Amino acid sequence: MTPLLEVRGLRVEFDTDEGTVGAVDAIDLTVRRGEILGLVGESGSGKSVTALAVFRLIRPPGRIAGGSICFDGRELLALPEEEMRRIRGAQIAMVFQSPRTALNPVLPVGRQIARLYRLHQGCTAAEARRRTLEMLGLVGIPEPERRAGQYAHQLSGGMCQRVMIAMALATSPRLLLADEPTTGLDVSIAAQILDLLRDLGRRTGASIVLITHDLGVVAGLCDRVAVMHAGQLVECADVRTLFREPAHPYTRALVRSIPRVDREVAMEPVPGVVPSLLEAPPGCRYADRCPDVLDVCRTVRPALSAMAPGHEVACYATEAARVAAPRG
Amino acid sequence: MRRNSLSLAALGAILAIILLALAAPLVAPYDPDAPQAADALQTPSWRHWLGTDIYGRDQLSRIVWAARVDLLVALAATAMALTTGCVVGALAGYRGGLVDQVVMRVVDTIMAFPAFILAMGITAAAGNATANVVVAIAITHVPIYARLIRSEMLRVREMEYAEAARTVGNRQRRIIFYHLLPNCFPPVIVQATLAMGFAILTVAALSFIGLGIQPPQSEWGAMTAEGAGYIVSGEWWLFLFPGLAIMVTVLAFNLVGDTLRDLLDPRMRGVA
Repeated sequence: MTPLLEVRGLRVEFDTDEGTVGAVDAIDLTVRRGEILGLVGESGSGKSVTALAVFRLIRPPGRIAGGSICFDGRELLALPEEEMRRIRGAQIAMVFQSPRTALNPVLPVGRQIARLYRLHQGCTAAEARRRTLEMLGLVGIPEPERRAGQYAHQLSGGMCQRVMIAMALATSPRLLLADEPTTGLDVSIAAQILDLLRDLGRRTGASIVLITHDLGVVAGLCDRVAVMHAGQLVECADVRTLFREPAHPYTRALVRSIPRVDREVAMEPVPGVVPSLLEAPPGCRYADRCPDVLDVCRTVRPALSAMAPGHEVACYATEAARVAAPRG
Repeated sequence: MRRNSLSLAALGAILAIILLALAAPLVAPYDPDAPQAADALQTPSWRHWLGTDIYGRDQLSRIVWAARVDLLVALAATAMALTTGCVVGALAGYRGGLVDQVVMRVVDTIMAFPAFILAMGITAAAGNATANVVVAIAITHVPIYARLIRSEMLRVREMEYAEAARTVGNRQRRIIFYHLLPNCFPPVIVQATLAMGFAILTVAALSFIGLGIQPPQSEWGAMTAEGAGYIVSGEWWLFLFPGLAIMVTVLAFNLVGDTLRDLLDPRMRGVA
């Protein structure tokens, strides 16, 4: 079966007064049907921009500079705007980082959901309202009738995120992009929201891309993980492999940076800072932070290549080490 | 607290004026346009509270009836300017680029003329029917709203809920006018209240110089102009009372507008 989403060589650039910023630099990303893919990386690594690019909603001064985004066999970058609009919200949906600001402050939350049934499924007002209440119940909102008439500022953060999820899943999308859905929530609520996402994803068969910088969340929820650094995709593997045998120096550093209470291992932050993406030099953008850097890293960008089935890494040093000492 | 009671009084004044205007046929003691030669140029008295003019018409009745015209013209002009300003301002702010450039340059052009001179020019050129007065004032007020809505839209379009509205596949028109425009309204309400006062002043001023509302229809500005001719001969009530009507109304709108601004701006809360 073809994957649900196949991103190839996607490049997103922002034109600024100082020059071009390559926010997403030729990334390849595959989302299989029904899976939960974690997309991790530091702030500014291009995770959210990648998500918006899938919606084709990069606004000026940004633009999609190249590549292909194939969704369910259709090339999104070639679709007319009107058809793209019908895919947004109906087939691909987004859950935002801060639910309170992602809900319109002047519209009752129920109406924002009901709107989707009318827009994408041509429901009558009464039918849309009935389904809205059903959906609010499904995401665990008590007293849906009362809550539907309330505004975002009258709901708690967790409640807002539930509404946001109800909104995203209202039209049974095939792909759900969740951009740091639990960042603004306290830990217990965050866990509930993540459970809810997983349950609903399973129930509807939707694939989920979970954008986060929290590797703990990834370990608990995701099937596979893709690691981004400064707009480049550096490693992609199933979640067990990634945590057991992180191959890219950046992934290794990330995994080491997870605080552990069960072992006597000091937490190590990733050294260095995210490099400027302004007129970035060719080659691997991790080179300046990398302990294993080779000369070639600074001139030619390493391509993703399979280390093992389903485990892809873009790193010359890792490649060289593997060739020198093959493991079984 | 003092500030609050003052603005409450202003709000009361506006409501009273509106009520008087609506109930003009009931509260006006005389027919505003019926001449009574025997009663010409009476000083204020118990029979004619605010005196009479040269034709013996009751000043109080004329001022009350004039409130209808002044308020209605100002309101119609404000509504027209607000609607137009919202549409072009929202489009310019959201779309940016060429649309923005064109709209804002037109707005700049309108603003390059002093508002009153422009309104004078338009009524003088188009003829001074009441409808033309409305349009003239509306045109001079469009830039206020267009610029304000545009700047609000620039802020609002970057909000996460704007992004959310885009990701669920709304049409652009719907995003702009249904999802985002209402979020731009708070400062516009303030501006509209202030501009109402200014619009009343403009109607009166246009009529004062004979370009606005035409006789025999009573209008505050026109009445003040007429009364001005009697200052030297001692009939002070003829310009004083219509002038006071203009001043009180405009002042009331400005006070209420200022207070609204303070109320809607959290930074000002508790300062004034």
